[in-house]
Amino acid sequence: MTVILELRQVSAAYGLIPVLRSIDLVVGRGEITALLGANGAGKTTIMRAICQIMVKTTGEIRFAGERIDSKATEDIVRLGVAHVPDGRGTFVGLTVEENLRMGSYTRHDRDGVANDLVLVCEYFPRLRERWRQQAGTLSGGEQQMLAIARALMLRPKLLLLDEPSFGLAPIVVKDIFGILHAINKHEGISMLLVEQNARMALSIAARAYVIEIGEIVLAGSAAQIGAEEAVRRVYLGY
Amino acid sequence: MQALLHQVFSGLATGGIYASMALALVMIYRSTHHVNFAQGELAMFSTYLAWILLQTGFPYWVAFLVTLAVSFAIGVMIERLVVRPVENQPVLVVVIVFIGLLVIINSLAGWFFGYTPKVFPSPFADHAWYANTYLSSHEVGMIAVTLLLLVMIFSFFRFTSLGLAMRATAQNPLSSRLVGVRVGRMLAIGWGLAAVVGAVAGMMAAPVVYLDPNMMSGILLYAFAGALMGGIDNPWGAVMGGFIVGVLENLAGAYVVGTELKLSVALVIIVGVLVVRPLGMFGGRGASRV
Repeated sequence: MTVILELRQVSAAYGLIPVLRSIDLVVGRGEITALLGANGAGKTTIMRAICQIMVKTTGEIRFAGERIDSKATEDIVRLGVAHVPDGRGTFVGLTVEENLRMGSYTRHDRDGVANDLVLVCEYFPRLRERWRQQAGTLSGGEQQMLAIARALMLRPKLLLLDEPSFGLAPIVVKDIFGILHAINKHEGISMLLVEQNARMALSIAARAYVIEIGEIVLAGSAAQIGAEEAVRRVYLGY
Repeated sequence: MQALLHQVFSGLATGGIYASMALALVMIYRSTHHVNFAQGELAMFSTYLAWILLQTGFPYWVAFLVTLAVSFAIGVMIERLVVRPVENQPVLVVVIVFIGLLVIINSLAGWFFGYTPKVFPSPFADHAWYANTYLSSHEVGMIAVTLLLLVMIFSFFRFTSLGLAMRATAQNPLSSRLVGVRVGRMLAIGWGLAAVVGAVAGMMAAPVVYLDPNMMSGILLYAFAGALMGGIDNPWGAVMGGFIVGVLENLAGAYVVGTELKLSVALVIIVGVLVVRPLGMFGGRGASRV
């Protein structure tokens, strides 16, 4: 397994409040890696640490071998990391089309962008219907789709997804996870998927980590983690 | 009837000045979500720079373009040095900084250039074909320039990817970072462009109101009223608002409150708009999920 993202002994704090302790984490190239944990465990903080948003980190973060832990967010993004934040982060005042065009802002290949617009509409046909609507008027599920589509417009090598299932109806969640799985298979985009919904996450992931109060407590293949007694009881409910 | 038409047309002429200043306010608001109270003083300072170039003997359009370039640079510099450090502070802090900027620039202009009003030439020939009984050629030219600016600014924000990026940055800087936008650069450019629009407004106004350090303070108030009335984030609205305020000011001054209280018309409009319809006539109704 080649590694596209590696966190080595990463600790993070918001000001003086420590949140992550010596995290070691690896995302394989072309794979979906799940990061599970309860509320407040530090999952979003790990995402923010990777993109250097709002947290001070120590330790090494490497993307495709290159250290990114002292770069600015926009520079990390330009290297090929697309982050779909918790809360979606859509530009609510812009139309669906404008949101997607913002996704391709850093790209200079007009034809590639045009092709990708068609491609994301194939994955998310709902967006085509809402093309000129203000993004703020879309439903939660549609905004989630828009946020993912916008991230795809970057043609990223790594997609960071922070709780894509949050606040969505189960059938919509199933839809979206199916599409994520398809995107990973057909486009080969590596993904780090942070989720509270362990069952859905493990159904599409190759490997998984479990984080509890700022520390990684379990790591292994998705099947192993799914079978783990503690995980089953706490996150899967049986 | 003649008198009324005169008032209306001269109101449209001054309205053109207010409309261009209002465009500068909209420009800054759309790219930074801040209202820049020092916009008028910056415009006045730029006009002084143009005046100096003209005194040195440069032809009008050379002085005009050089002033625009220098104004852009000044706008960027102010953003970097003064605004950037207070970017994430509460809005009241930012407002105070802008008001401080207003006072400083005003005083600097008085110090450098003196308080005697200066004559500023108009680029529009005195008795050109488009002059008529109601509007002088400069006034017609001014209205034309305002409308041209309006079209350019609207097209910039609507059709260019830089304009889109600036709108996105003002709405959601974090998400903009997440698509790779260099947010600091967008804000600096926004300020630069607003300074350019302000400089144009100043150079259009100076031939009419004469150039002195306090030239813009009344104008800014009217521009404010116009921009608020039309919707602070909407260039079309700002221009309409500017023209309407110009006409209202004249009509109210001539028939209702008398010339001494004309400025109060602007203040009444500002308060009225903020109380009754803060978004203005054409202001965007932002949607957010409950």
